[in-house]
Amino acid sequence: MRFVLKTNYHRDVDLFRDKFQFCWFAVLLVFVLSLPMFTGTYVESQLTLVFLWSIAGAGLMILVGYTGLISLGHAAFLSVGAYTHAILLDLGVPPFVSIPSAMLLCSVLGVVVSIAALRMTGIYLAIATLAFAMIVEKVVKNWSSVTGGNAGFKVAPPEIFGWELNSTAYYYLCLLVLTLVMLGVSNLLRAPTGRAFIAVRDSEISAQATGINLVKTKALAFAVSAALAGLAGTLLAYQWHYLFPDSFSMITSIKLLMLVIIGGLGSMSGVIFGAIFMTLLPDGIATVREWLPDSIGNLPGLEPFSFGLILILFLIFEPRGISGRWQKIRLFFSQFPLYRNRTFRRQKSFLRTERVH
Amino acid sequence: METFFQLLLSGIAQGCVYGLVAIGFVLIYKATEMVNFAQGDIMMLGAFITITLINHLHWNYFLAVVIAIGVMGLFGLALERLLLRRMIGESPFAVLMVTIGIGFVMRSVAGMIWGHNPRSIVTPYTDQSFQFGAVVLPIADVVVIVATVVLCSLTFLFFRYTRFGIAMQATSQNQLAANYVGISVKRVVAASWALAAAIATIAGILLLPLKSAYPEVGLILGIKAFAAAIVGGFGSLPGAMIGGLVIGLAEVFTKFWVDAEVGFSVSETSVYILLLIMLIVRPSGLFASLQKKKV
Repeated sequence: MRFVLKTNYHRDVDLFRDKFQFCWFAVLLVFVLSLPMFTGTYVESQLTLVFLWSIAGAGLMILVGYTGLISLGHAAFLSVGAYTHAILLDLGVPPFVSIPSAMLLCSVLGVVVSIAALRMTGIYLAIATLAFAMIVEKVVKNWSSVTGGNAGFKVAPPEIFGWELNSTAYYYLCLLVLTLVMLGVSNLLRAPTGRAFIAVRDSEISAQATGINLVKTKALAFAVSAALAGLAGTLLAYQWHYLFPDSFSMITSIKLLMLVIIGGLGSMSGVIFGAIFMTLLPDGIATVREWLPDSIGNLPGLEPFSFGLILILFLIFEPRGISGRWQKIRLFFSQFPLYRNRTFRRQKSFLRTERVH
Repeated sequence: METFFQLLLSGIAQGCVYGLVAIGFVLIYKATEMVNFAQGDIMMLGAFITITLINHLHWNYFLAVVIAIGVMGLFGLALERLLLRRMIGESPFAVLMVTIGIGFVMRSVAGMIWGHNPRSIVTPYTDQSFQFGAVVLPIADVVVIVATVVLCSLTFLFFRYTRFGIAMQATSQNQLAANYVGISVKRVVAASWALAAAIATIAGILLLPLKSAYPEVGLILGIKAFAAAIVGGFGSLPGAMIGGLVIGLAEVFTKFWVDAEVGFSVSETSVYILLLIMLIVRPSGLFASLQKKKV
C-alpha cells in the first residue's frame, strides 16, 4: 500500500493523487492515442461513441452525482444541442460558432429549468425535468419546417478550415474534447464552486449555513450540466449523420441516468466506466442472443429487459457502481489479509425528509 | 352545448382512469415515501392479464376481472417483498431508479408475451350507449365514472372505519410511532403495495373499452397519472382523484378546441405544460398535505 505524504495543503486538492497515478493516466492516454493504428473502423466508431457518451455523462454526473439534483430529461439538452448545431451548420455557420452557440442555448435552457428546481427538490424536480423533456420532444417532432420532424434532419459532415474529417480524425477530435472536458470538470470540482456543489448535495441547510448561495449554485450546476450535454449533442449529430426526434426520447434520458449510476455516482472515472458499459451492452446482448435457443434469443425486448434488470441489480447490490466495485477490489489487495466487508457498508437513513406531522 | 357535455363526459371518464392510477402512487408514497414509477406498468400488466383470461381462456367477464385483480394484488406483494423491501432506507433517487428499472423489465416482458399490437376486449357493455336528449352517453364512459365513485367510497370507508385502514393511516403518519403501538409496519407496507397494484389493475380494466392496451401504454399513462398526483398535491387521496379529473378534462378540451386551431397536436403536451406551471406556481399542489421539513 502506498501512502501519500502531504506536505502542503494543495496536495489535498491536486488533480492527481501522486506521480504513480499521473503515470497511469499518461499510459492510458498513449494507449487510446495509438489504438486507431491497431483496430478497425468498428472499434474506432464504438470508442468515439464511448467518448461522446462520456461527455454527456460528465454533464449529468455534475448534476446528479455531485449536486444531488435529479434530471430525468437530459436527452432534451442533447436534442437541443444537436438540432441547434445541425440547423446552424445548414445555414452556413462555421462549426466554431455553431457549437458554442448550441452550448450557450442549452445552458440558458438549463438555467430556466433550474428556476423551477430552486423551489423543489428530489422527485418533484425529476418530474419537472421529465415534463420539460417531453415538451422539447413534442416541439422537435411537430415543428417539422425547422427540424424536419420525423423525416429526420441531415447533418453536414465535420470539417475544419475546409478539410473534411474522416472517422479517424473525428476519433481524435472527440478524444481531445473529452480530455478537455474531463480536465475542466475535475478542475471545477476541486475548486470552491465544485465543493459548493458537493455541499449542496450533502445538506442544503448546512451549505446555506456556510454561506453558499443555493440559488446561484444550483443554477450554475444546471447551466454547466446542460452545456456539456449540448456539447455531446453537437458531436453526436456528426457521428449519427441524421437526427431523428426518437433518438432523444425519454429512454435516452434514462439510459444516461443508468450510465452515471452503473458507472458510480460521485466519481468522474465512473462516467467513463459507465459509458464503456453502456456502449458494450448492446454488443454483449447480441453475443448472448446467439447462445440462447432461438425462441428466446430472437425476442426483440431482450435489450430493454437487460437494461432494466442490470439497473435493478446494480442499485440493490452495488449502488456505488463499477467505480465503487473497483475501489473495493483495490482496497482488498492493498490491505490484503485485513480487508473488512463492513468498510463500505452503506449508511441507511430512515429520516423522513419532506413531511412534518 | 351537446359537444360540451360530450367532451365533459369523456374528459371525466379519462380523468377517472388517471385518478385511479394516481391513487396508487399516493397510497405507496404515503405508506413508504417511495415513488413507484412502475405504477402505470402495473396497470398495463393487469389489463393484459384480463385480456388473456377473456380473449384466450374465454372466461366470464366478471370472474376474469376478480381473478385479475387478485393476481395483480399478489404481484404487488411479491414486488414489495422481493425488491422494494431491500431498498428501505436508501435514497429516494435510488428507489425511483429501481422502479424505473422494474418498469423497463415489465414492459419488455409484456412485449415478449403479448406482442406489440394494441389489444382490447369485448365487455358486456361495448358499443352501447344511452341517448339523453341530444347527448349520447357511451356506457363505457359511464361505467368508468360509476366504478370510480364506488371504488373511492370503498377506499374512504376502508381508511375511515376498518382496523387495518386506520393502522395504514397511522403508519403513513409516523412509522416509528406506529411500530411502538403494535402495528406491523412491514405488513402495512406490503398491503399498500398490494392495494395499489389492485387499484391500478381496476384502472387498467376500466381503460380497456376506452383505449386498447399495448406494452408502452403504462409509461405514458403513468406519467400523466403522476402529473395528476402532483396537481392534486402528492400525498392526498382526494387530491389525486381531483388532479386526475383536471388532467383528463384539460387533455380532452385542448384536443377539441386548440388542436384544430393550431394545426398540430397541443393536447399531447398540454398535460406537461400544466404540470410545469403547477410545479412552478404551486409545487405543493392544490391540496397541500406536504410541508417543507422544519429544522
